[in-house]
Amino acid sequence: MRFRAFAVVGCAMALAACSTTGGADGVNSADASGSADAPYPSTYEAYPGAPTALVGATVYDGTGGRIDSGTVLFSGGKVVAVGGPDLAIPAGYTRIDGAGKFVTPGVIDIHSHLGNYPTPSVDAHSDGNEATSPTTPEVWAEHSVWPQDPGFSRALANGGITSLQILPGSANLTGGRTVTLKNVPSRTVQGMKFPGAPYGMKMACGENPKRVYGGRGRMPSTRMGNFAVNRQMWLDAKEYADGDRKKRDLAKETLAGVLDGDILIHNHCYRADEMALVMDMAKEFGYTVSAFHHAVESYKIGDLLKENGVCSAIWADWYGFKMESYDGIPENAALLQKAGACVVIHSDDENGIQRLNQEAAKAQAAGRRMGIEIPDAEVVSWLTLNAAKAMGIDSMTGSLEAGKMADVVLWNGDPLSVYSRPEKVWIDGALMYDYDDPKRRPVSDFELGQPGEGDVK
Amino acid sequence: MNRLVKLPLLALTAALAGYTLPARAQDFTIVNAKLAIGDGSEPIDNGVVEIRGGKVVSAGPAAGSATRTGTVLDAEGAWVTPGIFAAITDIGLVDVGGVDESNDTRASDSPFNIALDVSTSINPAAQDIGVSRAGGVTRASITPSPGDSIFAGQGAIIDLGADPNAVTMPRAFQMVILGEGGARLAGGSRVATNVALRNALREASEFASGTWEGEAALLTRADVAALVPVIRGEQKLYIYVERAADIRAVLAMRSEFPKLDMVLIGASEGWMVADALAAANVPVIAEALDDLPAKFEQLAATQSNVGRMVAAGVKVAIGGMTGTEQPRNATQYAGNLVALSRVPRAAGLTWGQALAAITSVPASISGMDGKLGSLTAGAAGDVVIWDGDPLELSSAPLRVFIDGVEQPVDNHQTRLRERYRDLDESDLPKAYDW
Repeated sequence: MRFRAFAVVGCAMALAACSTTGGADGVNSADASGSADAPYPSTYEAYPGAPTALVGATVYDGTGGRIDSGTVLFSGGKVVAVGGPDLAIPAGYTRIDGAGKFVTPGVIDIHSHLGNYPTPSVDAHSDGNEATSPTTPEVWAEHSVWPQDPGFSRALANGGITSLQILPGSANLTGGRTVTLKNVPSRTVQGMKFPGAPYGMKMACGENPKRVYGGRGRMPSTRMGNFAVNRQMWLDAKEYADGDRKKRDLAKETLAGVLDGDILIHNHCYRADEMALVMDMAKEFGYTVSAFHHAVESYKIGDLLKENGVCSAIWADWYGFKMESYDGIPENAALLQKAGACVVIHSDDENGIQRLNQEAAKAQAAGRRMGIEIPDAEVVSWLTLNAAKAMGIDSMTGSLEAGKMADVVLWNGDPLSVYSRPEKVWIDGALMYDYDDPKRRPVSDFELGQPGEGDVK
Repeated sequence: MNRLVKLPLLALTAALAGYTLPARAQDFTIVNAKLAIGDGSEPIDNGVVEIRGGKVVSAGPAAGSATRTGTVLDAEGAWVTPGIFAAITDIGLVDVGGVDESNDTRASDSPFNIALDVSTSINPAAQDIGVSRAGGVTRASITPSPGDSIFAGQGAIIDLGADPNAVTMPRAFQMVILGEGGARLAGGSRVATNVALRNALREASEFASGTWEGEAALLTRADVAALVPVIRGEQKLYIYVERAADIRAVLAMRSEFPKLDMVLIGASEGWMVADALAAANVPVIAEALDDLPAKFEQLAATQSNVGRMVAAGVKVAIGGMTGTEQPRNATQYAGNLVALSRVPRAAGLTWGQALAAITSVPASISGMDGKLGSLTAGAAGDVVIWDGDPLELSSAPLRVFIDGVEQPVDNHQTRLRERYRDLDESDLPKAYDW
């Protein structure tokens, strides 16, 4: 509870009660970048950047590769080449000496509520859970995101976050559509939307939905109720999807998008047995789960998760804050990696998002102590390429490969060390944070003229 | 109780294998340690720590230490520190935060508040205690959370030993909540909090002088009696407060109630009034890294808060690790403050200061200066041997001693880890693997 224990008003049950689920629209394209069928299109455009050569740093490329004394070239917003000290630097590139430093792809948080549970955390800002019905696939997280949330700037400066997925909370079984953002400040949420990112849909199993709705004397009040409501939802959705889809129905459009494979399922689920049931529910109705979020018990079913190709988006060591988190262990990520299952480190927290690299390092160390050695370069993929894969943006970002977005972090030391911080962060090749330049750091409207002014004073 | 402890598997590392563990408080000397005393000084190589009768006899460079008490443990260069002191947490009061029946942190329906005394209800067998102990935490200050009053009740200092006697110091402090949270508890405004707090302190003064009239009073007899040690300065008053203006108001209370022995909790905006805090000699237990305006009273929150206050001469401990912010991560928070010292324009701590902020400083603020939290002569034999730099993310304790007694580091989590080391159920279900 930290000092939040002394708060009188707040989520009844730590973060877990604050989260919801999301929905997606099932029209032809789930592409968030916008087209006739994709309203609220992204208006994001990369800011100007100089052709840049990062030279001499240890490079973790996000795919599991490591280059000592590496060279990373980017220009025009894209990665041009990644190589060793021999890689030729074309004329016109600004050369940045990275000796003794480290370079990684921009960090990606697959689970954030920045914008829909922004700070200050007042009731008027509580926009993450449409907790008025257990299934709300019709709501879209982007319609709740406040672009002035000060948390975006801290995630950038301390965490090197360049992309993030904002999800509805977990009060509902089906909470609504998620939105993937570039961590670039904008006056509008459209100005932050990641061009071309697919939508996700948030679902939740377990304690939250049954508590929220059971507490109001309505279905679901049990885990079996959770499943019954979800299954009926999918049956109705299939009927719609199999029809002519001419009558607009926001909820069904999102669900049909999932059944079409255009919208990715992000399923809040803690317990192993429930995850196994959800994977069977997905088979029953013909969709797939992209990632289980908060999956503290994934280590019990690494084999099943691998077989089903489902990622686990997890904390390093959270446990015990609610009944279904009781069996969380710090070795979760390492055991999953050993089982060949996909690991993503996530935050679900406006503070944790500033330290995903540190959480990954703790999870790696817990594995090492039980004899599971995972190279640093693979650990970095937990917060970069693996997150991008589970969000469906891995063809565009998540790794330092030629042609991909130049989302890059230069760390002042080993990113898996507690003593390191981002020194510079580029998003699409534009320098958006530089700890040597006081002005190269965003301050939200809300913080202007306040004491501290967004932690820049 | 049985203080015999089983040799933990984790302790059987190559570097330290082969030593016989003390079955009870044993006399021993750790040699060849990368030694950090916890008093703010930087670590030294080839250090020696002598423990006798459960207490530190000496700790320092090998050159200055001729004696070798009891069993000699060669640390082979491993890091040795005092045990971590987790200030302001709730371990031992909770099994599962969200399961009300298992959670004794708050009593919203109780007719009592100031009189509530957590030392009566600590469960030494709680998993949080075992998990924290395995993380190198040996002592903690345990606080109640507020129910329906600005007064949350009396907190305790505990040890995390695997034995039934957890309480080191009962009724170590009274916790009161001001600011936004206090305002809601007091009826809706800071204005109301101000009256509620002063009224309570005055009732206690009257009670102490025999002029308290119960019929006209707002406090119960048990509560007013429990507040008397606070107004006499015999029990510390922990004051949760964040905003700079609220901190100034708290400091001003001293003229009215001069004996109050105040400790500020939170103090996100403490850096703005750091000089006043230092001048008033009021210590602070702060969160290390809170840098968001989570509440309007935290608009000036910054990761540099601790570093700036320390630079101004304020005694600052890192604390507030409860729930998902676990005491075993105190070292991570401390390490981050070292990281800040390398960030331009940010204020951080030296390594020695950072370790002190989770060992000797919280012990001192708790009234246990020299008795807990540092490897100085006469202090409790709370010692941790680490497999690396204790503030680094990759490090963990190899061996943990409390009052000179080696502690088990197994718990529910380590048992789950071993059960699920593989997923092989070809012979029997996992339930038979224990």
